[in-house]
Amino acid sequence: MRVGSIVMDTAHPVGVGPWYEVVQQTLKRNDVKLVTYVPDKVFTPLIKNLHADPDFLTFPTAREEEALGIVSGAWMGGRRGAVLMQTSGFGTIPNVLASLVVPYQVPAIMFVSERGTLGEFNLGQALVCRTMRPVLESLAVETHTITRHDELEFIVDRSIKQAVATQAAVAFILSPLLTGGKVFEA
Amino acid sequence: MPSVASVASYDNAKVLNRFDLTKQPVARLRNDEAVIGGIGNTNFDLWSAGHRPQNFYMLGSMGLAIPIAFGVALAQPQRHVIALEGDGSLLMELGCLVTIAAQQPKNLTMVIMDNGLYQITGGQPTPAAGTADYVALARAAGLSKCAWAGDEEDFNRLIDVALADDGPTFIAARIDDKPGVGTTDRDPVQIRQRFMMGLGVRSKV
Repeated sequence: MRVGSIVMDTAHPVGVGPWYEVVQQTLKRNDVKLVTYVPDKVFTPLIKNLHADPDFLTFPTAREEEALGIVSGAWMGGRRGAVLMQTSGFGTIPNVLASLVVPYQVPAIMFVSERGTLGEFNLGQALVCRTMRPVLESLAVETHTITRHDELEFIVDRSIKQAVATQAAVAFILSPLLTGGKVFEA
Repeated sequence: MPSVASVASYDNAKVLNRFDLTKQPVARLRNDEAVIGGIGNTNFDLWSAGHRPQNFYMLGSMGLAIPIAFGVALAQPQRHVIALEGDGSLLMELGCLVTIAAQQPKNLTMVIMDNGLYQITGGQPTPAAGTADYVALARAAGLSKCAWAGDEEDFNRLIDVALADDGPTFIAARIDDKPGVGTTDRDPVQIRQRFMMGLGVRSKV
């Protein structure tokens, strides 16, 4: 079946189900089956499902820069990988982006759970969030903030393909509008 | 069966030279093993030992030689991968030892060159100098195959055992304060592309 220009595989429908299932299926369809992460509350169901899926090798690292180093090495060895992190974790990686990922043209695929906005309760998260997009912009890293479920599969699928084809990293910032975020009682 | 068990300790390990230690095992590699040189002198000496297409030279990202090597090892489980890292660099990313101990990549060897100094920035002592024992740290992280190299012969023996047996293996050597003997050509795209060709990921066109 064809919807617009997107070929739909009816046996394995994409774009349906909760956001974390769409991400998992889109990664799999693009042969991105190595996932390293420093966890985030919002990513809990995605991390749990990736661990349960034998098609994926997924494991935690001690730091986000380590997670990026591993997927960079894996890509040079012929295996695609993605990194999951939260907003404060992004704050630890500008040096690795500027000295490894960008100059060596590594198509690192990064998912950042967006904290610090739309109901944040931690001032530290709110401030580090302000630094994220300027860093990505200054390094000319392709960045998409995803707020809508109906755009999720298209953005992730096309951007992974673009990252690989152009040998350039991509950052997906998953907004609380998409994931529900981390909630608290004021 | 040979073992990585060594009688050497930090206290009785002979102080060796990084370039000597780098060129000897590199010359003994027979199976297109991948070698990742960390920031600064470890990759300068790797470059000076004679370029191989399976060498990767890191130009920044201090501390990531071992994670990068681990990633290569995951992508190519049939190829042995060696990371050459300095003591100061390892301090930047000590946590990676825990990750590797948990994942147990069989084809990864980590070599730490310990002079207790940030040699390239003027020879200032690291915060660990004279206090921390990197082999003990590695063992505590969960890496059971780890050893100090007692002398040059012991170092070469440890490398041979690491290449022959299942890893991960962690080898530390005490080295002097001599700078690297050359300078790597700093062209990251060329380094990455040649490395991918050397690993058979990109065809030689």
